[in-house]
Amino acid sequence: MSTHANDNSHEEQIGHSEAGVEQKHLGEKSADWVDGRLGIYSLAKANLRKIFPDHWSFMLGEICLYSFIIIILTGVYLTLFFQPSMGEVIYHGSYTPLQGIKMSEAYESALNISFDVRGGLLIRQIHHWAAIVFVAAMLVHMMRVFFTGAFRKPREINWLFGFLLLFLGMFDGFMGYSLPDDLLSGTGIRFMEGAILSVPLVGTYLQMFLYGGQFPGNDIIPRFFTIHVLLIPGIMLGLLVAHLILVFYHKHTQFAGPGRTEKNVVGMPLMPVYMAKAGGFFFLVFGVIAFVSAIASVNPIWAYGPYRPDQVSTDAQPDWYMGFSEGLIRIMPGWEIRAWGHTLELGVFIPLVVFGLMFIVIAIYPFLEGWITGDKREHHILDRPRNAPVRTALGVAWITEYLILLVGGGNDLFATHLHLSIDAITWACRVLFFVGPVIAFMVTKRWCMGLQRGDKDKILHGRETGTIKRLPHGEFIEVHAQLPQEELFRLTAHEQGAPVALPPAVDENGVKRKVGAVTKLRAKLSQGYFGPQSQIAKPTAEEHAEITSGHGHH
Amino acid sequence: MTSQDNMSEEHLPEAAHGHGGGPVVSKDGYFADPGLPPHEHRRTDIDEKAARRAERQVATWFLLSMLATVGFIASYVIFKPGPTHHVYIWPVGDVSPLNFALGVTLGISLFAIGAGAVHWARTLMSDEEHIAERHPIESTPEVREQVFADFRQGAKESGFGRRKLIRNTMIGAMAMVPLSAVVLFRDLGPLPEKKLDTTGWKAGMLLKNMNTGEPIKASDVEVGSLTFAMPQDLSEDDEDFQVRIAKDALMLVRLQPGDIKDKNSAAWGYEGVLAFSKICTHVGCPISLYEQQTHHVLCPCHQSTFDLSDGARVIFGPAGHPLPQLQIGVDATGNLEALNGFTVPVGPGFWERSE
Repeated sequence: MSTHANDNSHEEQIGHSEAGVEQKHLGEKSADWVDGRLGIYSLAKANLRKIFPDHWSFMLGEICLYSFIIIILTGVYLTLFFQPSMGEVIYHGSYTPLQGIKMSEAYESALNISFDVRGGLLIRQIHHWAAIVFVAAMLVHMMRVFFTGAFRKPREINWLFGFLLLFLGMFDGFMGYSLPDDLLSGTGIRFMEGAILSVPLVGTYLQMFLYGGQFPGNDIIPRFFTIHVLLIPGIMLGLLVAHLILVFYHKHTQFAGPGRTEKNVVGMPLMPVYMAKAGGFFFLVFGVIAFVSAIASVNPIWAYGPYRPDQVSTDAQPDWYMGFSEGLIRIMPGWEIRAWGHTLELGVFIPLVVFGLMFIVIAIYPFLEGWITGDKREHHILDRPRNAPVRTALGVAWITEYLILLVGGGNDLFATHLHLSIDAITWACRVLFFVGPVIAFMVTKRWCMGLQRGDKDKILHGRETGTIKRLPHGEFIEVHAQLPQEELFRLTAHEQGAPVALPPAVDENGVKRKVGAVTKLRAKLSQGYFGPQSQIAKPTAEEHAEITSGHGHH
Repeated sequence: MTSQDNMSEEHLPEAAHGHGGGPVVSKDGYFADPGLPPHEHRRTDIDEKAARRAERQVATWFLLSMLATVGFIASYVIFKPGPTHHVYIWPVGDVSPLNFALGVTLGISLFAIGAGAVHWARTLMSDEEHIAERHPIESTPEVREQVFADFRQGAKESGFGRRKLIRNTMIGAMAMVPLSAVVLFRDLGPLPEKKLDTTGWKAGMLLKNMNTGEPIKASDVEVGSLTFAMPQDLSEDDEDFQVRIAKDALMLVRLQPGDIKDKNSAAWGYEGVLAFSKICTHVGCPISLYEQQTHHVLCPCHQSTFDLSDGARVIFGPAGHPLPQLQIGVDATGNLEALNGFTVPVGPGFWERSE
């Protein structure tokens, strides 16, 4: 135990009453007490000065974390006032347009939170805005991880945790805005009923068990409430903790640059820099969301009225993150197979399946790419998106599909605001559903290749200085400046993979080898990832020397 | 840097670079890593005056936060809640003063803490970059061997592989015990049986106007309007009103008999008055938009469009089958009544639905 050099002017320090007893700072004493019981020093030793690399895109995950915390804080507050009950009451609250109207206790208590609890409306709006930000931030954070290849070994499992968080977060958001039992949210619950009914064989059973009988019944709001405030947040909290532990355990990825290797991590320490920056960032996010909730109304439930299954408002729209599922259901033709006394409601069931597929491709991508490239090494240096053209193009194709479906989900809004025919928009979305991602893939891949060529050009010929020089024979040229060593290294630090080769046609004994279809497919896909049409060979120092030695040949 | 009037070679960037020789090459023929560049000091690192200014700025943010918290508490006390209180604030519009004041003060009190902390970190805390080593996540072969040996030892001592009877019965018990949990969920709801096939409509039941609660005379239904109806025995005060109206809601239109293309549909109406289920056959939204000229109705949820002059056939959108029609006539007093219940299930399709 080291003796602490006492600073007598410090006020927290304890006295010198017992002679001979080592004098210790109060903070030290309590830390020792905790360490004696929990052994926190080894944990602190590894983490207090833990190094985190710096890049603006690394804060996207923080936004997710902080909005999740905000959602929990405000959500607990809301549960103190919300009544998750479908019991019928007559409204006698302060909102006069609904006086004397029959409604559920859930809707009545949501109105009371909005109008009679001071600050209740603000907390409700913060809760809702934070949920909107939460899902958006998760999606963008996931894109960052995807496009930089941060999901590669050893982080595939953390990708799955993040994927589950996104999936659960979306559903919890859906259940959250279904709880107030207003006309809009009831419409969402009805839509869910129709979707469940379309499931072959078990659809009607699932519907009866979930709703406790025929739609709407008296159970769906209290059941959603338990799932929304306990079950899903509980699972998410566990996943979140695991996600963060793995971030610490794996150490954060970093972009290529001078001094940065696969074997180190360069940045600033958790204490004090990231404690202040990340801790402060929580308050920034919370502050901005509170401010937005003060000036921008979200989900004004009093304007919709209570839910009745025979009433609906026009331009009924889900929250934005459910918009793409709305698009799927809207652009699907009304296919239905009726045979042998059964109905297969493909018009609803196919969108339901495609909805699942859109998510499953996200979950399996890291494993798919790992299998295609055959790369078994750890990766801690991030890719620039242009240096992985196929991956980047696949990501953009997915986003394109997502956006097309989002447009499809708002086809009525686009029709009324842009004065277009809704048939035309729906048909355009149907065609684009198949064509859009393909075009996006091709454009993005070519774009990436172009950027790679641009990088190569910059490395070999230097950057344009804007300085025009006139040569003795009258020709004008622009002077190029060679890049500094740091930049040359940064632009060429990435690895360029080679396609997986098929095993030789005959084995060592001269016997013709049987190559399975899967192996062939893998070789083909690998060729697609790393073939000459998918990457521009990065310049070597030798090429650079050759070109730069001959001055003036521009 | 390079002045326009003096373009001698040495001032050109290309030449300037040449002084240091070519780039450093690594073993594999690419450009070598020059290593971490030396740390560059910020103004606040070397100028105590600048540092003190930064300190004051940080403190100002924190002070602002305190003020805003006081403002929050004051707003909570001063402003009244409720929908009757609102003020116009440019450019936000009409807002509740309580919500606006609380939100803005809370926003500032939180944001200012964040801004102060981040400014503190950026100006006064060291921005020197450090290097930490990474270690492979994979364990060493020795550890791996040790773990496998331990596991084999443990497995051997348990006798799990050798005593097959124990193993098999244990697997059986573990596989069966979750069944209790599955069984427990049975009472979540009733079995579907034929519940979705029928509605509350029966032969001889009068149609009741949804708005007035009165029976409907055929003459009350005018061309070009959509009338909503429910069964005579259903009241908004009924315990099961929501469940019943979710299936029984009806819409009535009157068409010129010559406009009705589907003869069967015309026969199920009364003098051109036709009654269709209001519940969309796609996913169950109530249909509410009626186009008088074409007799098309549109579901506002997913834009399924049905032609009421042609047996409510689907003419656009994702619905899979027509809206079911209720056969109607009039009773002795001239009120519209159902001559039959719905002959097909109303609402969205499902697996057991037969037609």
